[in-house]
Amino acid sequence: MQELINRAKELLANGTVARVLGWKAGDLPYNPEPAFFTTAEELDNFVYNGFCGANLSKYMIAASKLEGKTMVCLKPCDTYSFNQLIKEHRVDREKAYIVGVGCKGKLSIEKVKDLGIKGITAVSGAEMSDDAETLTFQTIYGDKSCAYADAMLERCHVCKGKEHMVYDELIGESKDTKDAERFAEVEKIEAMSPAEKFAFFQKELSKCIRCNACRNVCPACSCRKCVFDSTKFDSAQKANVDSFEEKMFHIIRAFHVAGRCTDCGECSRVCPQGIPLHLFNRKFIKDIDELYGEYQAGADTDSKAPLTNFTFDDAEPSIVTKR
Amino acid sequence: MYKIAKENLTALFRLMAEDKALYLPVNNAGQVNFAAWTEDAEVDLDTLKSVKSPKDAFFPQSENLYTCYKDGKKIKIEPEELQHQNFVVFGMKACDVKGVEVLDKVFLSEPVDTFYAARRAHGTIVAMACHEPEETCFCKVFGIDCAEPVADVATWMVEGELYWKALTEKGEALTKAVASLLTETDEAKVEDEKTAIRAIVEKLPYMNLSLEGWNGDALTEKFDSPIWEELYKPCLACGTCTFVCPTCQCYDIKDYDTGHGVQRYRCWDSCMYSDFTMMAHGNNRTSQMQRFRQRFMHKLVYFPANNDGMYSCVGCGRCVEKCPASLNIVKVIKAFENQGGDR
Amino acid sequence: MSINNEEFRPKIVAFCCNWCSYAGADLAGSSRLAYPADVKIIRVPCSCRVNPMFILRAFEKGADGVIICGCHPGDCHYSTGNYYARRRMTLLFSMLDYMGVENGRTRVEWVSAAEGVKFSQTMNEFVEKIHSLGENVRLGDLRCKN
Repeated sequence: MQELINRAKELLANGTVARVLGWKAGDLPYNPEPAFFTTAEELDNFVYNGFCGANLSKYMIAASKLEGKTMVCLKPCDTYSFNQLIKEHRVDREKAYIVGVGCKGKLSIEKVKDLGIKGITAVSGAEMSDDAETLTFQTIYGDKSCAYADAMLERCHVCKGKEHMVYDELIGESKDTKDAERFAEVEKIEAMSPAEKFAFFQKELSKCIRCNACRNVCPACSCRKCVFDSTKFDSAQKANVDSFEEKMFHIIRAFHVAGRCTDCGECSRVCPQGIPLHLFNRKFIKDIDELYGEYQAGADTDSKAPLTNFTFDDAEPSIVTKR
Repeated sequence: MYKIAKENLTALFRLMAEDKALYLPVNNAGQVNFAAWTEDAEVDLDTLKSVKSPKDAFFPQSENLYTCYKDGKKIKIEPEELQHQNFVVFGMKACDVKGVEVLDKVFLSEPVDTFYAARRAHGTIVAMACHEPEETCFCKVFGIDCAEPVADVATWMVEGELYWKALTEKGEALTKAVASLLTETDEAKVEDEKTAIRAIVEKLPYMNLSLEGWNGDALTEKFDSPIWEELYKPCLACGTCTFVCPTCQCYDIKDYDTGHGVQRYRCWDSCMYSDFTMMAHGNNRTSQMQRFRQRFMHKLVYFPANNDGMYSCVGCGRCVEKCPASLNIVKVIKAFENQGGDR
Repeated sequence: MSINNEEFRPKIVAFCCNWCSYAGADLAGSSRLAYPADVKIIRVPCSCRVNPMFILRAFEKGADGVIICGCHPGDCHYSTGNYYARRRMTLLFSMLDYMGVENGRTRVEWVSAAEGVKFSQTMNEFVEKIHSLGENVRLGDLRCKN
């Protein structure tokens, strides 16, 4: 982390960048927030640890419109999102100085709390320099600990890899955290009967409070105005009036990013109700892979996206009933 | 003071649900929220905070106001029925109860909101002391004692037994209705529990949060502060904070075309959304900074200005837990504290 | 779910492309080929004009089945529109299936302007299918019922 701070100070001092986009220490041991730094003093609050899960690519859309370059810290999976935004002309590559930061898997405070650890006042083992396999917590109810992997975000268990897709320089080592199959959960649902599938999604989506956090955090959801925010749209974008509306919202949300979703997992990370939203996106990714060939959004900046492309002998929609 | 063993609670719920609707914390797909009790509901009284606050029971996220439909050549308007069945909300925490008090200020002052008033009249609140407060809690800052909730009935869970104390007439009536399951007891154990809870509260990290300078008179000073420009930046403009909040009371009124009529309903609104208070001329808050500022100014300045100094934050800490960008009201208060409010 | 097929009249929305399928429907009409009146045709400039939201909207407002008809691949008036539609609809239908909606409720069929017979046959078949599936209960807005 100190290396990152020093480098950021250097880049600010020599005028390469006008600001630094990273994470600022929070007021609890686990809630750092995305932040812009413009001076060396401010950088004293810079933090990079296991709780810095936020994908900063989305903030680069706004930062691309600012004067001067922005140094942005991107984890390997964040760089896919950034690449995808370059492809869609939503960010300006020239305005970004990308420091690829190492990652050893990001933590979910929700998972920690699910393990019964509460009243947390201090955490150790989450620092990037630390190779500890366990996290230890000081809480008002005594000291607790858990395995690092048990507190990891779902997306880190199916990590896309340690490589940064786009960067100007790299700082820090990454770790292999993949220990599950990416499509295992999707396959489990596919194997269910229609009634079971329906019940599963009905139950999960019944928790939705229409806060739109999944949409707003998504780097691929970069429309200036969302179709769901239109005043001409007679379904409410902020009310859970009927269970149909949740379904429509989540299908359309996932469909609008189909072929563009890099599977960064931010939607599932931010959902206040813990809805596994990645299951929608990943279903589209799986279908695209199977029907139109393997495709990883954000792996490059020039390939054609699956939904703006076609071949003459694509499968007919009736394939759905045959599979 | 009465008590009931934890294993008899299902019988208690069944009895209450006989002639009343009963809402209590239920685990659905891994998350605890207030929901109607059923025989197979997975009741969870151990989780400290439900994701959504229980304000839903009195001010639902969406509710119909009236329906219009065509009857021959005439248009008929059918108002929605007001709440007429009695109901019980079981397991609200002291902060949640205070949240309802905040809503009362809004909906029960003239002109009275009849939908809300009917629910308040028919609802009985059974509150529960917080056995193990968490690091995100800061209710004490707002003068709330989570060891001794003030509601129709106050309860404490101590060593596998629920202690029960009626505080109001409604509470007495409910106690009478379930008296067959309760046994009389003294307050000794509850007093110990209160002392224990208060000792924990003293250790919480947010206990020393100072609200100095936040009041109805601080309007221009706070409004014009340059700090907002720095604070709002990570905000994603989602509505999580407002939708989990026990005191956010803004709503929108919308029409839904059902194909054979029009349903007018109201739903929670969020000042974080771009269409908040949108009017024919457009929106009077055009940037996210202004929307962000609105939320905190409302809670800490506008509301106390209109309600004898009462803040519309109760320190439940839900926004602290749920904000996707880890922003929250505590960070806002601290930012002003550190920078004096007027750089 | 017990459906009395005697009484159940399915509501079916057919999105037809202006250049082929809509003309095909016209031909079916002028050739006096019958298909059930339960099918309501909505004309679109091209099958690729059909936004997934249109289909969900139709279900929301009470449709029991939705069928999209366009020019045969290779015959699109705009050259390639139906190729894009084909991919989109495949993904959408797959998602609906994944969420437990009966997969017979949605269908894509390519019908040219000369295929009045195919149009009428397709619609008869589709109505039959929806009949057997019964009322759509998994994907509608309750407020639009009754």
